[in-house]
Formats: sequence, C-alpha cells, structure tokens
Amino acid sequence: MAKLTIDGIEVEVPNGSTVIQAAEAAGVEIPRFCYHERLSVAGNCRMCLVEIEKMPPKPVASCGMPVSEGMVVHTDSEMVRRGRRGVMEFLLINHPLDCPICDQGGECDLQDEAVGYGRDHSRYDENKRAVGNKDWGPIVKTVMTRCIHCTRCIRFSAEIAGVPELGAVYRGESMEVGTYVDKPLSSELSGNLIDLCPVGALTAKPYAFTARTWELRKTDSIDVLDALGANIRVDARGAEVLRILPRRNDEVNEEWLGDKSRFSVDGLKRRRLDKPWIRKSGKLQPASWEEAFAAIADRLKGMPGERIGAIAGDLCDAESMLALKDMMSALGSANIDCRQDGAALDASRREFYLFNTTIAGIEEADALLIIGANPRRESPVLNARIRKRWVAGGFPVALIGEHADLTYDFEHIGNGPAALQSLADGSHGFAEALKSAKNPMIIIGQGALARPDGAAMLAAAWALAVQFGMLNADWHGFNVLHTAASRVAALDLGFVPGAGGKDIAAMLGGGVDALWLLGADEFDTAKIGAETFVIYQGHHGDAGASRADVILPGAAYTEKPGTYTNMEGRVQQGFMAVSPPGDAREDWRILRAISAYIGHALPYDNFVELRARLAQVNPVFAAVEQVRRLAGTDASGPVAQGAPGDAALVSAVQNYYQTDPISRASPTMAACVAAHYTVVAEAAE
Amino acid sequence: MNTLAEPTDFAFDEAAEADVLVAIARYPAGKQASAVMPLLEIAQRQMKRVTGSAWLPRLAMDVVAKRLGMAPVRVYEMATFYLMYNLQPVGKYHLQLCTTTPCWLRGSDDVVAACKKITGIHGFGETSADGMFTMTEVECLGACVNAPILQINDDYYEDLDGARTEALLETLKSGGALPAPGSTVGRHASEPEGGRSVLLATTSTGE
Repeated sequence: MAKLTIDGIEVEVPNGSTVIQAAEAAGVEIPRFCYHERLSVAGNCRMCLVEIEKMPPKPVASCGMPVSEGMVVHTDSEMVRRGRRGVMEFLLINHPLDCPICDQGGECDLQDEAVGYGRDHSRYDENKRAVGNKDWGPIVKTVMTRCIHCTRCIRFSAEIAGVPELGAVYRGESMEVGTYVDKPLSSELSGNLIDLCPVGALTAKPYAFTARTWELRKTDSIDVLDALGANIRVDARGAEVLRILPRRNDEVNEEWLGDKSRFSVDGLKRRRLDKPWIRKSGKLQPASWEEAFAAIADRLKGMPGERIGAIAGDLCDAESMLALKDMMSALGSANIDCRQDGAALDASRREFYLFNTTIAGIEEADALLIIGANPRRESPVLNARIRKRWVAGGFPVALIGEHADLTYDFEHIGNGPAALQSLADGSHGFAEALKSAKNPMIIIGQGALARPDGAAMLAAAWALAVQFGMLNADWHGFNVLHTAASRVAALDLGFVPGAGGKDIAAMLGGGVDALWLLGADEFDTAKIGAETFVIYQGHHGDAGASRADVILPGAAYTEKPGTYTNMEGRVQQGFMAVSPPGDAREDWRILRAISAYIGHALPYDNFVELRARLAQVNPVFAAVEQVRRLAGTDASGPVAQGAPGDAALVSAVQNYYQTDPISRASPTMAACVAAHYTVVAEAAE
Repeated sequence: MNTLAEPTDFAFDEAAEADVLVAIARYPAGKQASAVMPLLEIAQRQMKRVTGSAWLPRLAMDVVAKRLGMAPVRVYEMATFYLMYNLQPVGKYHLQLCTTTPCWLRGSDDVVAACKKITGIHGFGETSADGMFTMTEVECLGACVNAPILQINDDYYEDLDGARTEALLETLKSGGALPAPGSTVGRHASEPEGGRSVLLATTSTGE
C-alpha cells in the first residue's frame, strides 16, 4: 500500500495503482476521455493532467502515472487548469460544433468538460478536418468527424468483447478509427461502444434523433432477454420506452449489456396484445375482459383438475408464476411446467440447476469445461466474464459440442457425449488439466439438457464434477447455463409437475383439455391437442397467441414490477417503467381477478401480500440482491435415466438476436439477423 | 494483362517464403507479430515481382495476419501508418518526389514539372495512363546534400534538374533500363561538386 495526498486528502491505495485511481479513492474527480477503469491505459487524450510535487515542473497524465509513497498531488492548481485548457482547445480544433444536432448532447463528456475548460471562441482559423462516416451495422451509428481518437472503442472490442475488428488506420491528421474493410461489427456487445464513446462519434442508430436525456424518466429494472439478469435502466418518455441502458453491478454484468437486451426495445411497441381476444368460429375476435373471463369460466366449469394444465414462459416474473401455480393448485391441478424446451432440469435440489460458481466466481476458477453450450450466443455478457478470466491467463478451456468462435481459445474435445467418457476415463489430455486445477468448473448448457438423454447428460456432468473435485466446502464448480430469465425462479417456486402431474410433453397432444400459457411461446404450439382449450396470457402476438382460444393481454417486463432470479440464483427486483398498453394489465392482477371470477380467489389482494407469499413459498425470495455460493458438500447427484446417447450437442441458441417474443417483434433485431446471419441462412438452405 | 487489378488470391511464393521464415525466426517464439513489417515488405516485393506493381492488396495483408496470428485490423493499422506500403497499385516506376525545404530550395519544383510533363500525370497520387509511372510526394528522403532527389522504386537519383529528369524519364518511357543510381552530375557520394577539395593527402592508413 502507498500513502499519498491528493488535494490535501490523504489516501492509501495498493501499490501499482495509478494517480487517477487514487484520486477516485479520495473522492476527487479528474476529467478523462480515454481512461476507462475496465480497459487498458492508453494515455492519449491528456485530459487527466495533474501536478505532482517534487516531480519535473510539468503536468503529468494521472491515468498512466503509478503512485508512490508520499506523493503530493494537486488536481486543481493553476498549472493543471492551464494544461487542461490547452488540451481542450486542441481537442476542439477538429471537433464539430454540432451539439444541437448531436445525439450525445446532454450526456457528452466533451460537452461537460468544455464547460469547465473550454474557451468561448476558437483561435484556429484553418479548415476543420472531416472524416467519412462508417457503416458498422444496424446498431452503432457513426459520425466520425466527432471522434477525438480516445481509442476506447478499439480497446473495448479487442480486450473485452474479444472481437478485434476496430483499429486506428492511417496516421496523423488522417488517422481514423475504423474497421478498414466495410463490415458490420460482429460482436454481440457492440452496443457498449456507444456507452463508452465519450463524444457523439458512436451513438445508437435505432435511437437516433429520438429524445434528449433530460426528457427521459429513468427506472431501474432487470433484463429478461437472457438468463444473466443484467441490471438495466429503462428510459421512457410518456408511455413509450425509448431505450435501455446497463446499470453497473460488478457481480452480474459489470457495466455491459448485450445487444439484444439493449436494442429489442422497439419490439415492445410492436405486435402487442392490448385487448382480450376470444376465438369465435375459428377466428380471433376482440372482446372485453368480462367476456374473456366468462369464456374461460364457462370452459373450466366442471372440468376435473387433472385435465387442466399450465406452462410458464421464459420472460415471466416470479410473482405471476406463483399466482398461476396457486390458482392451478386451487383448481386441483398438478400439471404445471416451466421447462418449455423440455430440458431435463432437476428441481429437487437447488444446486442441480444453478450456476453455482456464481458469475463473479468465474474469476476464481482455473479450468473450464463447457458442455453443449455456446456462451457467446446464450449470454454474451457472461461470455465476456469468461474471456476476462481467460485473458488473465492460466485458464485452460475445453468445449464439448458445437464448435464456435467464443472469443477465447479452447480445446475442442468432441461433438457428442462420447467426449464426456474420454474425460471420465482420463484418456483425453484435458482430464489432466481438470485434475491439476484447484477450482475447476463445468458449464452445461440447455443444448445438452433439452434432448431425450438430457437427464443422463445432467447426471454425467455432475459425475464429472464430483470426479474432478469440483465440489467442496468452499467451491462449487457445477454450473447450468440457462437461457430463460424466468427459469430459475420457476424452479425455485416448484413450477414443475406435482405428484401425478403431467410435464409439458404429456400436456401436449391432448393430454389436457385446457392449457394456460403464461407467456409461453418457445415450444411447438402445433403439438397442442386440437381439442385443447388454450388460454394465452402474455404481451406479444407470437406463437402462443396465434394458437389461443382466449387471449388475456399481459404486461411486458418494463410494464410491471417483478422479481427475477438469475442463473446464479440472485433474486433481483425490477420496477415498472411505463403502463401496459391499452387494456393490458399486470399479469398477477389478471390471475388474481380470474381466480376470483371462477370461485378460487387467490389469498392476496396486493403486491406486498403477494411478495410475502413468495418468500413463504421459498425463503430465497426474501434475500433480494444476495447470492451465496452453495457449498458442494453433498456429492450425490441427480437421478440418471439411461445413458447419454450419441447425437452431437448443439447450442440451444442458434440465433442470438431473436430468442423471444420481444426480440422477434423488433425491427432492429431483424436488421441484426440480416446483417450477421446471412451467411448462415444461405448455408442452411 | 491488367497488372493493376485486385488479385483474387494471394500466397507467399517459394522465393518469398524463404524470406518469411528468416524474418519470423528473428523474433522469440510467441512474439512473431513483431515480424509484421518485414512480412508486409516481402508481400509487396512479391507483388512487384509477379505483377509488376509493388503494392499490398488487402488479401496479402490478411495472409500476413493469419501467418502471424494477428487480427487483420492490426495489420491494416500497420500498413496504413507507413507510407512505404502502397495500398493502391502503383506503376512500374514509382516516382517518389521529395519537395521538402532543401530539395525545394534546390529546384524540386522543376523536377516535379518535368515528371508531370513526361508522364502526363496531373498531380501526386496519380498513375499515368500507360501504367508506367505513379507520382508520390514524399517528405525528406534524408539525402539533402545532393538535393533535389527523385526516388524511383528503391533507388535515389540525385542532383537533378528539369532537363536531366526529363532525359531520365524518357529513357524509362522508351523501354530503357534504370540507369545506375546516385548523382546525375557525376558527384561521388556526397563530396563537393567538382570533386574533393580537402583531405587530399593520402594518409598512412591508405586513402
């Protein structure tokens, strides 16, 4: 540790810290454009100049200056102010004065700092340089004349995203940030470039010229488009959600967000269910709530409980799933299931379906085996965390399943389950890497579980975890990578068939006479029995709604408060940003209302009571925002049914950009698919 | 054959491959990216040898990137930074004219005018209609004592004036070979015009 004084404040920081970090610790803000705490130090903007006593009498860039014992730093002396004013003048030489038409206006670092260090006029009489705009695909809009060459985007794409496509080409006055060859950025994290850009050079293309930051109402929420549970901020104006930005949570998403989670927002306005519908003589007709309820009550009257079933979708909040489960048990039905894809998830013990290592815990691991997953497509921010660990070194990674570019090197052991055997008997070299590792981990994806031999795969993966010492009192290396945001909460609530209940496969094909779909669209609805009465409760007119006999319009995740449990078991709560459109209502309210209508009123009248019931059903819901790594002390594994087959493993997510009703309704996501997957589509045809 | 077309494929040929191995072997294992500049040069020389135009098509840069395990954009950054890598096809004779102060004081304007006159090129960066010549304006070539300088491909032609430049280019245009490089007024190395004037006595060590 080194002790130093910054503007008279004494701080102690670890050796090897930089002066800018020490200033941060002392609570002194130093302006910066190129420095970013999660990126390497570039030191090229020169805005973070400070004065350090007993050093050569000139300003020093604090981002690249290591601290030393007894340093005395001044961040606001005359020398510093003059230096920063000079830097600002040079930055503004070539920066256009187009703030009034710039989307960054109001949240622009350069604009903010120019207030403090800018001059009221320019002494530069020559022509400003102009740079042609680049086409970086449907997400990032470029106005390259505004670029101040901080190189944050270049460093992010090379270091964090692991897709080194950006560079500084040409030189001097002609230097440009770009890809050199025209092509869209192929990273699923490209939206983060927009946040990182300190000026208006990189802005959000779908959000261009839409709103000013001060017009927006900002609401904290949780992302549901993958199972990571990224913390987000929903920016809305009036009744419309305009954009979604990540919130910082070092234990979950750091400060990153995947492109789907960020830019599916235009899907929230399209294909919405804003009034109830009833199928009359084969055609869906708009109806009132009263009529819809009457139609449901009419069909359910006298129907035995075991002929009624319910399936929970991938985007549901825990509250509405609990209300549905309670209503089903009031109706005498144990036919409930949340595993739309038929994944063989074992709900009997929590550690069988959690990402037990925890997301931040990946950084403590020292070997990784991925089975039947493509983390880059299934959860790009999680993949960035794996890459972060890999970049730190000493982290052998192996993959069993579909070969893909994961942005880090890995050993490809095989395509099928046979590769598991080669590890178990030690015939493959990677077994040695797992054996010698102190904290090895396994990630098993839904691609390995959602198949006929899924239970055997789960048991085999668990057995490997036990064999290679991944379970002990202070480490748990067995991880399930989920793709559905609602899945862990549903399993925590026991949204799986009860005693004698039917699972999704048994409910389809006429196994039940009435089927309640709570936002369930990710299974083949054609398999529902022709005579089955289908009630679809959800927010988008997607697969489930088109098969429904009665549609109850629900709320999307931005339109209701809700509890979500991410794949590591972290319970998080989102708030309501806007009201649901038209006649649509919050989902738990719909269920509460219909339950009373059919004579089985649920025992809670408000959200507080519902949340109390949630904690009563499973105490984990009381511990919001907390996650504690389970101790892997019980080595007994899930029940194996048969042996793994020999079909090749494929990832559960083939198309990152369209995995749910919201992203399928989004024109931006459709444009991303066109930009990124054309080659794949042609090859498949 | 149109030698200036973008090639459809690129691979190091046998002669280049030998140079590539030497260049890579200069650096420790794992640091082979350090060989990017020699490899780009080898690729450019191969283009000259094979197509007659010394330039770096993007394909060649991709081959270098792959060979050295680098992201292609890291190679593009390199190739676009240095002026001696040509990103566009150049003519058989790449005329690199120094117009920096010493050359300019010694009459580089006349050399530029002579080049334009003989080749029919209107400005820097252009290639003549017959594909023979490309004119590039360069900064100091570091041979100011014998200014003005015209660099043709790899060689310097020094002490030029308008007439001698015209004669030189006429020779090339009519199919003649490049003359011996160096001073065009018979100056030896960078000795004074008209021969040595000091240190004339031979010393015990020889010259």
